[in-house]
Amino acid sequence: METLLPRDLDEALAAIAADPEATVLAGGTDLMVQVNLQGLRPARVIAIRRIPELREWVGRFIGAAVTHRRLEIGPIKALAEAARTVGSPQIRSAGTIGGNLGTSSPAGDTLPFLAAADAEIVLRSRTGERVLPWDQFITGPKRNARRPDELIVGVRLPEHLPARQAFAKVGVRNAMVIAITSCCVIRDEDGTTRVALGSVGPTPIRARQAEEMISAETRPSEAARAEFARLVAAEVRPITDHRSTAEYRRHASGVIARRLLERVLP
Amino acid sequence: MIRLSVNGVARTADPTGAESLLTVLREQLGLPGAKNACEQGECGSCTVIMDGELVCSCLVLAADADGTEVRTVEGVASADAIDAVQEALLDAGGVQCGFCTPGIVVAARHLFATKPDPTEDEIREALAGNICRCTGYGSIVRALAALAAETP
Ligand SMILES: Cc1cc2nc3c(=O)[nH]c(=O)nc-3n(C[C@H](O)[C@H](O)[C@H](O)COP(=O)(O)OP(=O)(O)OC[C@H]3O[C@@H](n4cnc5c(N)ncnc54)[C@H](O)[C@@H]3O)c2cc1C
Ligand code: FES
Ligand code: FES
Repeated sequence: METLLPRDLDEALAAIAADPEATVLAGGTDLMVQVNLQGLRPARVIAIRRIPELREWVGRFIGAAVTHRRLEIGPIKALAEAARTVGSPQIRSAGTIGGNLGTSSPAGDTLPFLAAADAEIVLRSRTGERVLPWDQFITGPKRNARRPDELIVGVRLPEHLPARQAFAKVGVRNAMVIAITSCCVIRDEDGTTRVALGSVGPTPIRARQAEEMISAETRPSEAARAEFARLVAAEVRPITDHRSTAEYRRHASGVIARRLLERVLP
Repeated sequence: MIRLSVNGVARTADPTGAESLLTVLREQLGLPGAKNACEQGECGSCTVIMDGELVCSCLVLAADADGTEVRTVEGVASADAIDAVQEALLDAGGVQCGFCTPGIVVAARHLFATKPDPTEDEIREALAGNICRCTGYGSIVRALAALAAETP
């Protein structure tokens, strides 16, 4: 096996252009599990975690190699809350936002925030840059629109990002747990509310009907909050698996969305 | 061929395939302190500090550790005395079979380096990635809390 350690983005893009079959390695917290336990034997690895351009976090642009640890202590409230729920300290200091996107697991904990924030994913190859809205990037469970010759360069957040935002996830314990359901709610001063959920569908889900209903309520009454929870529960598309049942996931999604709504109300 | 610094000593190793830093430490560098239990990042028995960050060495591709500075449990004690964290764990009965202990010691050292006076909640959160099948954690947390209380 050959491992390439490109020093900058240009070198990395040249390497992946020369061999689009090569395996991109960031923090390794998803990839090395496949190597250790599932017999993955890449012929060539391009290790990108130290590339300066990918470690950059400037304003609304977060580089792909920014770790969950940095997100956790960063200024974006719901993203910090989401990152803090990832794995353990060891996983958070290695795992990256680009790796979370690269894996595109329905349970990826940064993804509900990116969906609620209407984030864009920046991809680059030797031949140019593509910027995709999150829902065009994530195309299915563990599937995304990255071309083999592209790197995920980072995430671009909209200029205007309301400060009222919250994330929470439901699992059987406080650390080291894959979400049964997870939710991010962002509310603007004018009431416009965006709600996204993870682990309850093939990709993150925006609860558009619930959003529309609650955005029109300037001071949501008890009845409006209950209706909001009901709509969220109706819009998710959970399955039953070894972690939980579809019924519980649906119920918990409504409960958690309502709690987060109450956290972001003035 | 990779070059790295391990516990302050320049070392070289020759990972040929996709082996982890854990495998190289144990099988090529003669440092079996970091333990291999799950190889999937769940148990923390392989915990080391790499370039100042707490990581599971089982999830670090050895080839990607080229040029890094690694600290393992072997580098925690000085030549003539065990470290205060190790002492505290022994005093409080925080070691039973001892399999988790190297990982706990490294994680605790990292915690105290970044936060000299952690609360009990902070201790528990810092150890969330280290599984102990014997102690039930109480004695480990008490050991580290006692050490935190001693810090002036
Ligand atoms: C014990 C444990 C607990 C975990 N807990 C959680 C959890 O609670 N929540 C959660 O969301 N995840 C969790 N994970 C999964 C994992 O930590 C995250 O998905 C993490 O964000 C992956 O990032 P990484 O940098 O380690 O990715 P890697 O493993 O390096 O890569 C993951 C995938 O993305 C690709 N990739 C990475 N970066 C790029 C790039 N820049 N361009 C193109 N492709 C790229 C890789 O080729 C690979 O396919 C856990 C993992 C472990 C081992
Ligand atoms: S052996 Fe690395 S975390 Fe268990
Ligand atoms: S003392 Fe046995 S695993 Fe912790």
